[in-house]
Formats: sequence, structure tokens, C-alpha cells
Amino acid sequence: MTAEPVLIIGGRSDIGRAVAHRFAAAGHPIQLAARGAAGLAPDKADIELRHDVAVTLHELDVLAPESFDGFIDGLGDLPGVAICAVGVLGEQAVCERDHGAAALVMRSNYEGPAAILAALANRFEARGSGALVGISSVAGERGRAANYIYGSAKAGFTAFLSGLRNRLARKGVHVVTVLPGFVATRMTDGMDLPKRLTATPEAVATAVEAALRRRRDVVYVKPVWALVMMAIRTIPEGIFKGMRI
Amino acid sequence: MILSGWGRFPRQDCRVTRPRGEAGLKDLVAAGGLIARGNGRAYGDSALSRRNTVDMRGFNRLLAFDPESGRLTAEAGVLLQDVISVFLPRGWFPAVTPGTKYVTLGGMIAADVHGKNHHKDGSFGAFVDWIDVMGRDGEVRRCSRDREAELFGWTLGGMGLTGVILRAAFRLRPVDSAWIRQTAIPTANLAETMKCFSDHRTATYAVAWVDCLAGGGGLGRSLVLLGEHARREELPAKKRQAPYAVPARRRLSLPFEVPDFLLNSLTLRAFNTFYYHRGRQGAGERLVDWDSFFYPLDSLLGWNRIYGRRGFAQFQCVLPLERSQAGLSALLEATSRAGRGSFLAVLKRLGRQESRISFPMEGYTLALDFPISPGAQRLLAELDRIAIDHGGRFYLAKDGRMPAQTLHRADPRAEIFRARREGLGLAEVFASAQSERLRL
Repeated sequence: MTAEPVLIIGGRSDIGRAVAHRFAAAGHPIQLAARGAAGLAPDKADIELRHDVAVTLHELDVLAPESFDGFIDGLGDLPGVAICAVGVLGEQAVCERDHGAAALVMRSNYEGPAAILAALANRFEARGSGALVGISSVAGERGRAANYIYGSAKAGFTAFLSGLRNRLARKGVHVVTVLPGFVATRMTDGMDLPKRLTATPEAVATAVEAALRRRRDVVYVKPVWALVMMAIRTIPEGIFKGMRI
Repeated sequence: MILSGWGRFPRQDCRVTRPRGEAGLKDLVAAGGLIARGNGRAYGDSALSRRNTVDMRGFNRLLAFDPESGRLTAEAGVLLQDVISVFLPRGWFPAVTPGTKYVTLGGMIAADVHGKNHHKDGSFGAFVDWIDVMGRDGEVRRCSRDREAELFGWTLGGMGLTGVILRAAFRLRPVDSAWIRQTAIPTANLAETMKCFSDHRTATYAVAWVDCLAGGGGLGRSLVLLGEHARREELPAKKRQAPYAVPARRRLSLPFEVPDFLLNSLTLRAFNTFYYHRGRQGAGERLVDWDSFFYPLDSLLGWNRIYGRRGFAQFQCVLPLERSQAGLSALLEATSRAGRGSFLAVLKRLGRQESRISFPMEGYTLALDFPISPGAQRLLAELDRIAIDHGGRFYLAKDGRMPAQTLHRADPRAEIFRARREGLGLAEVFASAQSERLRL
């Protein structure tokens, strides 16, 4: 029996790469999708050499929904699992003044990821099997002054995944929401992150793999974040607005 | 951030950057004053730069492999460990390996590392077909023996001072199993040790562990280890089923620095004596897995902490063949007299090698390490003098403390290298704490 292909949307990101290696190591063929996919040729070679699986590259812009049907048809085999690791952090201060920049952050973290997973969801639903994984963020659990543009988009994405899961629960399609806290990636390069709260891209990949295996719905990459966010969510708004966190 | 090499001496406050991709690296090169750093296994300050230490570990992709020739193309930040874990199960092993697998490809090229088979196969550079180097203008040049041969020659062993090594193609050797037929031969003194090396010149791998505290008639007594890749039919039936599978080694890691008071001549003497006698008991031939044979110290992660907070300095020189015996005697005598033997004293026979700046030459190489202290510094200066008096030269990958004049007296190639770098405008762009100290 050959393992089902795994589709990585956002194959250039550190999390996307780590997830690709994780599933390739388990023997899955990998479909890497990104903008400028041809530039991922070295990653394709690396995954193929290390894990002896087939890797295919697929051009995809998640902000161009008119291209989705062609993209999915072009995959060849419909993947068993699709993982969306697309996201942009942006700069809050810039976004507050530049509407274009803000819109790009909102669209890249919500509209695009949701739209492509929606398109895949319909195919998976028709087939009656598969799993969809969205890499969201704890930032979506409460709006903070420091990053609410990004956070609000992630909140939208988290709600979308939750609804999609609900819709597909009886259709044989599993939807997983992954909630990383800080992750040491290109996105956070140069930021001073608290060590104990910071995960590696490989840890995110492990969490994704475990969530699928155990059929979990919502997972925090580092369990401590479940506690941290529970605390943050329960602070009354009147107090929260005066805090600087 | 405070950074050091594997010897944990010297330490320096360095700006560290980790570029993503060539474009990011190009920007860093334009700003100048940088040195590329791999996995930090050079002992001293070879990969430290206050202005910009560039962490290359993000460039870690395997790019192509030709199963006919065993040629692997990979990015500079790939770890040797990864190369082995991917290719040994397919029947390939690095043609040359240093004593740790936690080094990067770029680092192996920059130091032009040698292994226990230098007498037979030469250094790592002998198996490198081409190297891509980013120069001071940010352009990437592919150099090889036929193309940009000058750049190729200076890059092998050039300690990253000719540009940033980005990727390379190098050949692996086919092996029939993951096992080594090891023969252990105890010797009673230096003459016997050296005779043992020349008697076994045809052995693929040869290395000696010297009991460097033994003086007098026992000076240079050693345990010589010879090794051959085991062929499949040489394995017992059970191992023959899965010739590339070896039992996982237990990895111990040293979570703290050993307090200084434990590091005295008594403990060192005990260690050396123990090691020697244990070796004597294990004399003869047996099968050893690749990991234990090539990387005995890797099983003790963080063993560099054994030398305590102040770190340690390694001394490694090579002496020309005809003056090796006299030179080695003098080096070992000085060490034994100072009562500062090291945990590790490794002796190897090197084969012929002509190169622009690489360390190896035909003769014997001795490596010793000492915890940093004023006494050790004096001893090291004495060892430097002895090496120079006997026509020896020094291994830059191990150095973190030599004065510039010592290097330049020992190795006339250093001045040529310096002038070359100056002439090409490389000196201000690619610089390490070591290149500044040694005036390279």
C-alpha cells in the first residue's frame, strides 16, 4: 500500500518545511505549494534525498481563488491530508496607518488560507475522506494592542476551521486547528522570545502529526499555552484594556 | 551574544546573524567584517567575529546524489551526521571524516579536515569536486581543480577567509556494512608506536591514543587502533542480515562544568592509565560499529565541559617525517614534565599532501588539549617552539591562542595567503577573530 500524498500549502515557510519533512519521513509523497514554487527545487531535492519519497511542486497564490480549481486538478492525486501554513505577521504599527498593509495581513492570514481550505474541503467531502489542518495562532484568542490586526485575522481563521469541522464532522473529513504560540521562524527572527514559551518548527510538525493520529480537533503546540490563554481570555475587558500585554 | 568555539576559549561578544537564502547573505557580505560559522566545532576563534558571525546552519539542504559515483551535492550547513544517517543505509560513507560527526560541510572544507586515513586517502579536499563560494562582491563563483583553481586551492583549508562557502559536491565511498574491523595494538614507547604505524601503512584507518603522562622509558606508549570497513561476508550471520544497522549508542551528556579541583594531574594520570590498560585488555581484533570507531567522543555530548569553566586549548601540529621522532619525543617530554597531560592525546601518521594553505603534510600529527591556565599557556608556548624547531606547522581549526609570529615563523604559506587576501580586497570583508589575531 502506498501512503497518501500530503499537501503543504505555504511550502516555503519554516513550519511548512518542517511538516513536509515529518510526513516524508513517514513515507508520504509530498506536494509543496507556494508562490514561486519553482524556487523550491532545492527543498524538493532535499526531501527526496533524505526520505526517498516523491515531491512535486505546485504554483499557488492563496489570494487568487480563481486559480484554485486548476491548482487542485494539477495536483494529480488528491492529497489525503492538506496542511495550510500560510501566514504573514506584518508590523502592527505600520498596519495601523497603512490600510493596504493591514489588508494584506488580514487577507494572508484569514481570507487566503480559509479560501483554499474551503476549496479542498469540497473535494474531500465529495470523496468522503481526508484531513485538513490549519495552522492558526494563539494570537486569535484575544485581541491585544500589540498585534490585533494579525490576531483578528487568525481569530477569523480559527472560527472558520471550527465551523468547517462542524460541517464536515459527519462527512468523514477531519479538521484540525493548530495553535502555536511563539515559534522560532523567519517570521519571528530578531524578536526576543521567552524560551519556555517558544516552540521550534519541528515541534509544530510533531504536534500536527500527533493531532492527526489521535484525531484531535484543536491543539496547542506547547501545552503551557492552553493555560496562558485561558488566563488571558478570562481577564475582564475592563481590566484587560488597561493592561499592557 | 557571547560565543566561543568548541574549546570554550576564547569567548567573545559577537553579533550573530542567520541569513535566509542567498539574497540575505549577499546583504551581509556587502556590510563586511563577517565570518561564516557552521556548527561551532572549531576549537578556538576560527568562527568568531565581533562584527558579524554568520550562522550558516539554515543552508542545510541535500541537493543531488549520483548513485553511480557516490557524488553528493549539498549546501554548506549540512551536518556530517545527516549525510551519514541518510547515505550509510544506502551503502555510502564519507571518504574522509574528522573525529566528530557534528561538523558542517562548509566547516569541513574550510578546515580541509583529515581523518584516520590521511596516510592513504588524503584530506577531505581530495574528495571535493567543486565549491560554490560567495565573494566580496556578492557573486557566487563555482571553483574546482580546473576552473578558478586558485580560489579552489585557497578555499580548501582557508578557514572561510576567501568567501562564504555556499555549497559543494563531494564524493562518498561505497561501504559494504556499517562495521569496522578494528585491531588494537598496545605499544610500549614512542619508537614502537611509530614502527607500528609504518608496519601498518596499508591499513585504511590508523590512529594512536597516547598516554601522554607516561615518561621515561614509557614515553609515547600508546594504543594503536587500526580499522578496515568490514565486508559483508566478514560479518557474523546475524549482522549480515542487516549490515547497515548498528545498535543505538547511549548518549550521555555532561550537563555542567567539571569543577576545576577535579582537574589535576592525579585525575589525568588515572584517566590515561585506565584508558591505556583497558585498551591493552581489549587488544586484538574485533568488530566495532562506525559510530564508536570514528566518533568515540560524540557519545558524550558536551564533553568540552570536562575542562571546566575556563575552557581548554588544543594543540595540534604536524611534523615532517624525518624529524617526527625527535620532535614527538620533545613534545611528549615537555608535556609529561609539566605534569599537564591531557585527557586526549591523539597521534596520527599523515600522508603526502601539497596544498596552498591546508594543514596536512607528510609526517606525524599530535593533538593534545589542556585546560586553560597560566601554566598551560607557558607549556603551549614551549610546545609551539618545539614544533617550529622541528619544522612543524599548526592546525588552525584547533587554534585559539597562538601569536601571529608563531604561525608566520612556522608556515611561510601564511604570509602568501595574507598578501593574497589583501590584494584581492578580501581581508576587510571576510575576517574572524583568528584571522585578525594571526594577521591572515
